[in-house]
Amino acid sequence: MKSLYFAAGFLTIAVPAMAETPVLDVLTYDSFVSEWGPGPAIKTAFEAECGCTLRFTPAGDGAALLARLQLEGAKTTADVVVGLDTNLTAAARKTGLFAPHGQTPDLSLPVPFADAEFLPYDWGWFAFVHNKTLEAPKDFKSLAASDLKIVIQDPRSSTPGLGLLMWLKDAYGDEAATIWKDLADNIVTVTPGWSEAYGMFLEGEADLVLSYTTSPAYHLIAEQDDSKTAAVFSEGNYLQVEVMGKLASSDQPELADRFLAFMLSDAAQSILPTTNWMYPAHTPAAGLPEGFETLVQPTRSLLLNADEAEALRAPALDEWRAALAR
Amino acid sequence: MARRAGALIAAGLAALTLVPVAVVMMQAGGRGVSAPDLAALRFTLVQAALSALASVACAVPLARALARRRFPGRAVLIVMLGAPFLLPVIVAVLGLLAVFGRAGVFNSALRGIGLPEVSIFGLGGVVLAHVFLNMPLATRMLLQGWQAIPAERVRLAESLGFGPRDHWCHIERPMLRAVLPGALLAIFAICLTSFAVVLVLGGGPSATTVELAIWQAIRFEFDLPRAASLAVLQVLACGMAVGVAGLFTSASGFGAGLDRAMDLPAPGGWRRGVDAAVIAMAVLFLAAPMLAVLQRGVPGLLSLPASIWSAALASLIVALLAAPMAVGAALALALGRAQGSRWLEPMAMLPMAGSQLVLGTGLFLIAFPFIAPPRIALPITVLVTAVMALPFAYRILAPQARSLQADYGRLAASLDLRGWAALRLLIIPRLRRPLGFALGLCAALAAGDLGVVALFATEDGVTLPLAISRLMGAYRMTQAAGAALVLVALAFGLFWICDRWGHGGTAD
Repeated sequence: MKSLYFAAGFLTIAVPAMAETPVLDVLTYDSFVSEWGPGPAIKTAFEAECGCTLRFTPAGDGAALLARLQLEGAKTTADVVVGLDTNLTAAARKTGLFAPHGQTPDLSLPVPFADAEFLPYDWGWFAFVHNKTLEAPKDFKSLAASDLKIVIQDPRSSTPGLGLLMWLKDAYGDEAATIWKDLADNIVTVTPGWSEAYGMFLEGEADLVLSYTTSPAYHLIAEQDDSKTAAVFSEGNYLQVEVMGKLASSDQPELADRFLAFMLSDAAQSILPTTNWMYPAHTPAAGLPEGFETLVQPTRSLLLNADEAEALRAPALDEWRAALAR
Repeated sequence: MARRAGALIAAGLAALTLVPVAVVMMQAGGRGVSAPDLAALRFTLVQAALSALASVACAVPLARALARRRFPGRAVLIVMLGAPFLLPVIVAVLGLLAVFGRAGVFNSALRGIGLPEVSIFGLGGVVLAHVFLNMPLATRMLLQGWQAIPAERVRLAESLGFGPRDHWCHIERPMLRAVLPGALLAIFAICLTSFAVVLVLGGGPSATTVELAIWQAIRFEFDLPRAASLAVLQVLACGMAVGVAGLFTSASGFGAGLDRAMDLPAPGGWRRGVDAAVIAMAVLFLAAPMLAVLQRGVPGLLSLPASIWSAALASLIVALLAAPMAVGAALALALGRAQGSRWLEPMAMLPMAGSQLVLGTGLFLIAFPFIAPPRIALPITVLVTAVMALPFAYRILAPQARSLQADYGRLAASLDLRGWAALRLLIIPRLRRPLGFALGLCAALAAGDLGVVALFATEDGVTLPLAISRLMGAYRMTQAAGAALVLVALAFGLFWICDRWGHGGTAD
């Protein structure tokens, strides 16, 4: 059925606008709108209370999202952007396209977080996921000294890859280059995106894969498979905080504000854990879904602020490239 | 007629591929091409050249064995050769890993007999994967050459008492001179813009291609002029390859025949054994990863979400619209080239070297001020897919369009056979086989293409490749493998139908 709309959509140049119903345009990443992502449930719940139409436009992943926004510039029709992470917010802020959100939400992040333009909606710790049968390394140094095989993502094309780059930089500063050199013989390969890496790990091509501490929850809850877990590192695990923001050019600013507030309400926050497989930014009153209590909890959380992350990215990339070039 | 149509199409192609690059180039910013980019260019060229040479080196003995031997299942085998080329790249890579990876069959066997493991990651793995994906295409292209040798030449060779060596010198070598450079060029160009294979199997940042540098420039740095410069570098590299291939291509000069069916001589003795071994090894090499794909996909078939079927329908629509466009345009270009417009050749190859991401970005920039991009998702997808598939169709049609012109051009001119009449009475009947193959290949490629559509995607307008990538992104690897199988079946079905039409019900 959907493909009929797909086909019909091209034939009609102008979709007759439903005059009374306002439309809120949300630009987000692809996996958010997929039927397994949070998009469909969020759409139903928000439309039930807003008297509006919520329209998602998918644009690749987090990095592609920012590129898309820059392509569209001030002429963008989007009202809200959902799905940047803190490694990208400095660049996003620099575009000058975002308006302050003016909200003071009650956040349950493991680190203090404040940003005038960007609001977190979920978060997770990056971690190396492995089978429970494996004796996992305790930190990067013991991982580098072992002969365990890992698969990671490319920091030039993927946000988890960039997260790992920042993780090592935050934990080791100038020593990061040495750690990368020592890790070189553990790295089976560097994939362009998260799915290739995770797929290869599931096929047994590597002992550990860079993902999130929440990844085992998917296997446990959706597949009743409790064989996976994630490694807690003594240096601390780096955070990915996913954020959303309102565009200054929005023609529906009040609706955009309502949507941002809705995203942090219990209704939306209780959808995220089992669709996006991340922790909610504000733990709902009903708590986390059953199964999340089995997940490992890192004791230290690392996170560079947006400006530090932006400043470190280029030199850290050069360092990474030099250390891994054989 | 064909020259004028060809010129028009070439101009349209140039506009479609170059204007977006120019638009991207004109955006603000830009820090120029850096040293790592040049290292990436070097690696790109080396891996593409090695992959093309290895694929064709494997394809020549295989195509020859298939051309001169008759055995049960031969026709099926030839059609099945299309399959690896039609796999979504990441699915093919996972299939290869199931055979050659750390946990794969090959390394288990090595361990079993006490030998050290072999790692697939690195330049070797990249070339291996490219051979797996492209050697079948090369084989089919070369096989077309063998099948186009007129029976009269074979008979003449027989009556002159040619042995296998003479046959090679006077029949097969001239034929290969006409077909081989084009096949090498096509595979070189495919591998030039190969992205996921190189990254996944390359093993690290030293295996970086120009296409990745383009990704990085657009997505993380938003440095559009740099992305465009890199895209131009890529086009120049392909342009040089077109020039070099042109130097080595010569017409086979067999002249026309009466199309009587005649088997090629099948020498016995050790040559028979070698042919059998070549076919057996190729089947093993190609079938093992395909079986792994099948084995991974079947369990997923049972739990496929219903949305997969609407995505499959969307992909089918794209394929049915894009393939005739691509083949029609390629035919006009190939005929125009055969009638002497040499400049059409690089034009026809242009889209192959173009960066999909830059093309998509350029089209987006052009369209965005006027219309919401999701509204034109289907026309853009069809158009871009047709443009991207065109070079493949051109490479398949070109050698035989050239023979057609050499053999029938004067006759057609003296009869004043032009336009639709020429198409109906001469061109389609004479070129039916390559036309069917090209049509099938383009339809299959169009069904499987993700490419540009991502930038124009809507919430609902999901094609099958996009659905697969969404499943993978949502941890659902088993279902993704099942959906990939649906895609392969769809692409392969389209390919099979068109290819069969091309053979017009004959035995091969």
